[in-house]
Amino acid sequence: MNDPGSKSQPTAEGELPRVRQLASLSGLRARSTSPQTVGAPFVDQAKFSLRGVNVHYDGKQAVCNVSMDIAANEVIAMIGPSGCGKSTLLRCLNRMNDTIEDCRVEGRLELDGEDIYGPRLDVVPLRARVGMVFQSPNPFPKSIYQNVAYGPSIHGLARRRSEMDEIVETSLRRAGLWREVKDRLNQAGTSLSGGQQQRLCIARTIAVSPEVILMDEPCSALDPIATANIEDLIAELSDNFTIAIVTHSMQQAARVSSRTAYFHQGNLIEVNDTRKVFTTPDHELTEAYITGRLGQV
Amino acid sequence: MNSHIQQRVQRSLRRRRLVEHLFRWAGRVSIAIGVGAVLLLFISIFSRGLAAFQQTYLQLDVEFDPQVLQLQALSEQQLALADFDGVVRKALLREFPEVVHKRDRRELFALASYGAGLQLRQMLEKDNSLLAQRISVSLLVDDAFDTYVKTWNKSAPVMGRLSAQQREWIGTLMGRGKVITLFNRGFITRGDSAEPEQAGILGALMGSLFTMLVTGMLSFPIGVASAIYLEEYAKKNAFTDFLEVNINNLAAVPSVIFGLLGLAIFLNFFNMPRSTPLVGGMVLCLMTLPTVIIASRAAIKSVPPSIREAALGLGASKMQVVLQHVVPFAMPGMLTGAIIGMARALGETAPLLMIGMVAFISDIPSRISDPASVLPVQIFLWSEEPERAFIERTAAAIMVLLVMLITMNAFAVWLRKRLENRS
Repeated sequence: MNDPGSKSQPTAEGELPRVRQLASLSGLRARSTSPQTVGAPFVDQAKFSLRGVNVHYDGKQAVCNVSMDIAANEVIAMIGPSGCGKSTLLRCLNRMNDTIEDCRVEGRLELDGEDIYGPRLDVVPLRARVGMVFQSPNPFPKSIYQNVAYGPSIHGLARRRSEMDEIVETSLRRAGLWREVKDRLNQAGTSLSGGQQQRLCIARTIAVSPEVILMDEPCSALDPIATANIEDLIAELSDNFTIAIVTHSMQQAARVSSRTAYFHQGNLIEVNDTRKVFTTPDHELTEAYITGRLGQV
Repeated sequence: MNSHIQQRVQRSLRRRRLVEHLFRWAGRVSIAIGVGAVLLLFISIFSRGLAAFQQTYLQLDVEFDPQVLQLQALSEQQLALADFDGVVRKALLREFPEVVHKRDRRELFALASYGAGLQLRQMLEKDNSLLAQRISVSLLVDDAFDTYVKTWNKSAPVMGRLSAQQREWIGTLMGRGKVITLFNRGFITRGDSAEPEQAGILGALMGSLFTMLVTGMLSFPIGVASAIYLEEYAKKNAFTDFLEVNINNLAAVPSVIFGLLGLAIFLNFFNMPRSTPLVGGMVLCLMTLPTVIIASRAAIKSVPPSIREAALGLGASKMQVVLQHVVPFAMPGMLTGAIIGMARALGETAPLLMIGMVAFISDIPSRISDPASVLPVQIFLWSEEPERAFIERTAAAIMVLLVMLITMNAFAVWLRKRLENRS
C-alpha cells in the first residue's frame, strides 16, 4: 500500500511532486524533519485524489502543496494542531470553501477521476455525492422529519410520501436515532439534545445517499457519551461510505479511523495506517504531536 | 500585609457598591421621567378627546307634514328639495310657542344643527310611511349647544357664542328632559364636515388604511427583494458600498422631501390623481423603503451561518438556501422592520401635504384612487379650527391614530413571537 519511489502526478502548476522513498520500508525509524509528506499518501483505488493542492485565504496560504489519496470505504482521520489547514482541506472536497470570499484553491482534486474544480462541474450534484457533517450540530429550525426529508426532497429522490417516509426512517435508523425520535418526528429538530442533534445531522446527510461523508470535528461540542455514540456510528457507516473526519482528539482518530493524516502549518506531514501513526510514526513532527511534545522539536 | 490588602479591597468594594447603587437609581429616574411623560400625554389627550365620543341630542316631537315639507310626491327629486329644516323649526316652536319675534326665532332655530334636517330626510327616505306621522326623534344640536351641555363651568368664555336667551332655552329644555347625551356614532361613521357636530373620522381612517395598504404592498416586497439581493448576491465592491451609504442617507432624509419628489414625479410627470391614497402610499413607500431595507438586511445578516452551511452541504442551490432557509429565518425581523416603518409612515403629514392630501374631503373613500385625507392630516386640519367641539375631535382623532399605531405595533410583536415560536 505504500507508494514507493517518486510516483509522478500532474499538478496544476505542472510540477511533479516527489514522494520520498519511505524509511519505514527498510525497518528504520524515520527522523525526517522536512515539511515533505512521508508515509503512504497514495492508494491504488482512490475515491479522492488530491495533487498539489494549495489554498489561500485573502493572501494567506492555509494549505501548501498537499498530495494524497482517500480510498473508497475507508475512514481517514485528519489530525493536527489548530490552524494546520485540515478543516480547510476537508471543505475543499465538497467545495464548501466556495462560499468564502477570497478563498483560492489551486491544484487538482479528483473524485472518481473527475476534476471537482473543473469549469463544467456543478456543485449541487457534487455536494449530493459528498455530504458533510459540521462541527456543531446545525439542524434546521424545522421538524425532525423535515430535517431528514429536506435533502431527498430538493434532489427529488422520493416520488411519493410513502417513499419519503421510508427514506426518513431508514436514515434515522442508520444514524441510530429512530428509536429515540420515532414518536416525535414532528417536533423541532432543535429540541433534541446535542448528541441527538448531531446524529440527526448525520441522518440528514445519509438521507441523500452520498458516497463520501466529510466530518469536521463532529464531536467537539458533545459530551463523552454522545461522542461514543457517534464514534460507534462512524464505525458502522464505514461499511457503506467513505468517511473523512477532522478531529482534535487523537484518541478518537485512533479509535475510528483506518488511516491517519497529520497536518502541520498547512503541510501534509505524514499519512499512514492509523496504528502505525500512533505507534511508530515516520516523522519527527508527528511523533512530537501525538506524544504532546509539540513545540519542542 | 494581607490585612492591608483586604482593607483596600473593602474600601474599593464600598465605592463600587455606591456607584452601582447610583447607577440603578439613575436608570429608575430615567424610566420614571419617560413613563410620566407618556402618561401625561395620554391623560391630556384622553381627558380632552373622550368628550367627542358623546354627542348631545334634542328629543323633539316632529311631524313629517307634507305641507311644511312642500312635498307633492315621494320622489327622490322632491325629497332633495323638501324643507326638512322647516319641520325642525316647527318642532322647536312647538316647545317655545311664545317666541314670535323674527330675531328671537332665528336664535332659537340656531340651537339645532344644520344636520338635523338631513337626519330627518334620511329617516323619511328609509321609511316612507313616516309621511304625515308625528314621532319623537333625537335631533342633532349645534356644537355650541353641545359644548354648553358638556361643560361644567357654564360661565366659561367658550360659552360666549350662546346668547343669554339661548342659554335660558337650553336650561328649560334640560329641565323638561328633552336634552339627552348619547354615544356619538356619527364620529366613527361619517367623513369630515365644516360643522363640528357632523364631522367624523371615518373618511380619514379609511384614507389612512388605503394609504398603508399601498405603502405595505409596495415597500415590503421591494424592500425585501433589495435586501436579499444586496446581502446574498451583490458583490462587495465600491458600487455596493456606495449604495449602502445612500440607503442609510435616504433613511435620514426629511420626509417633506419625499413629498416634493412625489409631486414632481407621480403628479406632474405621470399625471396620477391628486389627493389619493394611491399616490400618498407611493410617496410613503419611498420614505419607508430605506427602513425596510436596513431592517431586512440586519435580519438576513443575523441568520446563523451554520444553517446556510447545512443546506449548502446537502446540495441545495443558492436560490434554495435563500428561499427555504434564509428568508423564513429572517422573516420575523423583516416583518417587524416593515411594520415599524409603516407605523412611522402612518403618522406622517408633511409629504402628504405636498401631493394635495390636505384638501377638505367630506366623502368617505372607497378605492385607493378616491380623493382622501389621512388621520394625521385630519388632526392637522381640525387643530386649526376655533370651535371647542373641533378641539375635542382633534384629541379624539389623535386617540384613533394612537390606537391604530398601538395595534400595528402589537401586531408586529405578535407576529414576531408567532414566527419565532414556529421555528
